[in-house]
Amino acid sequence: MTTALGKDLIGLEGLTRAQIELILDTAEPFKEVSERPIKKVPALRGKTIVNLFFEPSTRTRISFEFAEKRLSADTVNVASSGSSVSKGETLVDTARNLEAMRIDMVVIRHGSSGAAQFLGNRIRSNVVNAGDGQHEHPTQGLLDLLTLRDEFGKIEGLKVAICGDVLHSRVARSNLWGLRTMGAEVGICGPASLLPRGISELGVTMLPRIEDAIQWADALNILRLQLERMHAGFIPSLREYNRVFGVSTERLAQAPKPLRILHPGPMNRGVEIDSDVADGPHSVILPQVTNGVAVRMAVLYLLAGGSPEWATPGSDDR
Amino acid sequence: MRALIKNGQVIDPGRINQIADVLIEDGKIHTIDSNLESTLKNPESVTIIDAKGLIVCPGFIDLHVHFREPGFEYKETIATGVDSAVAGGFSTVCCMPNTNPVNDSQSITDFILRQAKVADKARVFPIGAITKGSKGEELAEIGELHQAGCVAISDDGIPVMNSLVMRRAMEYARAFDLPVVDHCEDAHLSAGGAMNEGFVSTELGIPGIPNAAEEVMVARNIFLAELTHSRLHLPHVSTIGSVRLLREAKERGVSVTAEACPHHFTLTDEAVRTFDTNAKMNPPLRTDADVQAVKTALKDGSIDIIATDHAPHAVHEKQRQFDNAPFGIIGLETALPLTLNLVEEGVLTLEQAIAKLTCEPARVFKLPFGTLAVGADADVTLIDPKKTWTLEPNRLRSKSRNTPFAGWTMKGQIVKTLVGGRVVYEGD
Repeated sequence: MTTALGKDLIGLEGLTRAQIELILDTAEPFKEVSERPIKKVPALRGKTIVNLFFEPSTRTRISFEFAEKRLSADTVNVASSGSSVSKGETLVDTARNLEAMRIDMVVIRHGSSGAAQFLGNRIRSNVVNAGDGQHEHPTQGLLDLLTLRDEFGKIEGLKVAICGDVLHSRVARSNLWGLRTMGAEVGICGPASLLPRGISELGVTMLPRIEDAIQWADALNILRLQLERMHAGFIPSLREYNRVFGVSTERLAQAPKPLRILHPGPMNRGVEIDSDVADGPHSVILPQVTNGVAVRMAVLYLLAGGSPEWATPGSDDR
Repeated sequence: MRALIKNGQVIDPGRINQIADVLIEDGKIHTIDSNLESTLKNPESVTIIDAKGLIVCPGFIDLHVHFREPGFEYKETIATGVDSAVAGGFSTVCCMPNTNPVNDSQSITDFILRQAKVADKARVFPIGAITKGSKGEELAEIGELHQAGCVAISDDGIPVMNSLVMRRAMEYARAFDLPVVDHCEDAHLSAGGAMNEGFVSTELGIPGIPNAAEEVMVARNIFLAELTHSRLHLPHVSTIGSVRLLREAKERGVSVTAEACPHHFTLTDEAVRTFDTNAKMNPPLRTDADVQAVKTALKDGSIDIIATDHAPHAVHEKQRQFDNAPFGIIGLETALPLTLNLVEEGVLTLEQAIAKLTCEPARVFKLPFGTLAVGADADVTLIDPKKTWTLEPNRLRSKSRNTPFAGWTMKGQIVKTLVGGRVVYEGD
C-alpha cells in the first residue's frame, strides 16, 4: 500500500520536509496515548507486524514493540539467534517466507547497510528500517527531531552538532538528512579517524574539537563510541577519548548558551559523556526515549494508511 | 579446408585497415587482398563468408578471466566460460588461478588445459599462482607451472602483501620470462571495504576502499619491478593516482604494462546507490575523475590493454545484502560494445580500440595470436559495429548472470568468432 510516506520507511534521506512534519505532527497525539492508564488505541487492530532483529537491540526493539502493541497490532519478534537465520537462511529467503505468511509490516534491524531496502524491494509488506548497518536509523533521527522541536519549539535555524563516531553511525546519517531537510544547521565533531570521507561536502560545519562544538551549537547529539573501535585502532584509548572528546560539566560550562544534550544510547558513561552531564539539567536523553515510542507509533500508523486526523485524541479510537 | 571472408573492413591494427578478403587455409591466414574470390582455385571447395558491412579483425584476447573450474563449477565451468568468451569475440583467454584448489601446481594446470581441450572453443592459457595456495608465503613451483603451460603468474584477488615475497617472485619469474600480475590492493587499507571510499560510500554507510589502497601497491610493485628488472603487469587499473604512477614509470622505462576493465571506464560509484550487488567489484567502481583518468590513459597508451576480469558468481550469491555479496561481475559478452563506446566518444580510434583487445594483449603476455599476419593461426572475429541490441542476462552464454548492464542498449555485436579457421561462434 502506498501512503503519504510511500510503502516503506528506509531512511530520512529523500523524505520531504512535509513528510517529516507529518510524522512529527502525527506523533504528538500518540504521545498522549502513552500517558493514559490504558495505553491502547485500536488503530492497527488486525494488522500483523514482524520485528526482525538480526542485531542485538534492547531499546529500539522494545520501543517498536510498545508502539505496535499500543496501536493494537499483532506482533511477532524474531531475533537472529534461535531462528532460521542462525541456520544460514538468506535474507531473501526470509523475505519470501514472510511474504508467504501475509505479514502486513516488517520492522527490520540488520548489520548490513541496505538490508532494509533489500527487503523492501522484495516484499509487498511495508518495511520499516530499525537500523541498517552504517546507513540509516530513521526512527532514531525522527525521535531526535521531535525532541529538539519539543525543547526549542522549532527545528529551523537550530545548530545541532553531531559528535563522535560519525563514520560507523547510522544515527548520524539519519540525523544529518533529517536536520538539513528541516532547515537546521548541522555540525560534525569527532576525531578525523572516525569521520567518513567527503562528509564536509554535505554542507555541514566541521568542528575539529569538542570545545568548538560546545561554542557553536544549540544542541549536541553525542554518539556512542563503540568499544571495539579502540581495538581496531581508530583511537588510542577510551581514556584519551574521554579527555579529548568527552562531554563534561566543565566543558559545558564554557557554552555561551544553555545546550541540550542528546544521546541515542546506550551510553558509555565516562567515555563520550560524563555521568553528571547525562543526568544533568541539559540532558534530554530520557525524553528522547519517550518520544521514540510516539514517533514509531506515528510511522507505523502512517505506513498502514492512517491519516493524521484519525489519530487525534478524542476521536472514536479512544 | 579453405574459407574466404569477403568484403569486410579488415582491421589488423598497425598493419591493415581496408576493405579486403581474407583467405584461410588449413587453419592459417593464407592471403589478404582485394577481390580474392575471382582468383580462387577450386572455388567450390571454399566456404564463403560474406562480411560486407562487418569488421574483420584478429580474435580478441582477454588476459583476465575467472573460469571457476576446478572448485566452483556452479558459477562457471571452463566449457561455459569459453562459450561466453567466443560469444564475446574472444578467441583466447587467460584464466586466473583462484580456483579450488588454487592453480599452483602442474596437475591443476594440466586439468585446466584438458578441460579446455574438451570444450574445444577458445584457446585457454592458465595463469599460475605466485605463491603456494595463493597464501602469500612461499613461492609456488613457478618453473614447473611455466613448463606445464602457464603464461603468467598471479595471486589474483589476493594481493601479495609481503614485499619480500613479491621481490623474490619477480626475480624468480625472470628466469622464465613470465609476467608477474599483482592484484594491487593494500589489504590493511581496504579491510572491510565493499565499495569506493568517497561521497557515495559516506551517504550509503557502506565501508569504503580508498584509492590509496590500490595506489600504494601500484607504487610498490613498480619499484620492485624496477629493482628486479622483471615484467610487471597491472590488472584492472581503476584510479587516477595509479594512472599517474604508471605513466611516470613508463616514461622512466620500467617494464610495466597495464589493463583497464570496461566497467571501470563505463560506470562510477553512483551505480552502487541502489545497493545493487552487481555494481560490486574489486577494485570498486570509482569516481568520474578516475573514469576520465582511465580513459585518458587508454588513449595515450599508459594503459596498454582492455581486459574483462570476467568474474562469475551465482545468482544466490549476489542476491545478498551488499556487504555480504561477493566481488565481481561477468564481462566477456559486454566487452566489445562497451569498448566501442570509447570510439563513439572519441577516446580511441576504432583501430586503437581493436588493438587494445588483440595485438596489445598478445604483446603483453607474448602470445603468438592477435594478428592476421600471413601464416598466423586464423583466429578471426567478425563484428557488426552498427548493430544495437539489448542486454538480457538470461540470454548470456556464461553460466552466471551478474552483470550491472542488464537492460542496457548495446551498440556493436559479434557476428562470428573463428579459432584456427573454424567457426566456433555464430550470432543469431
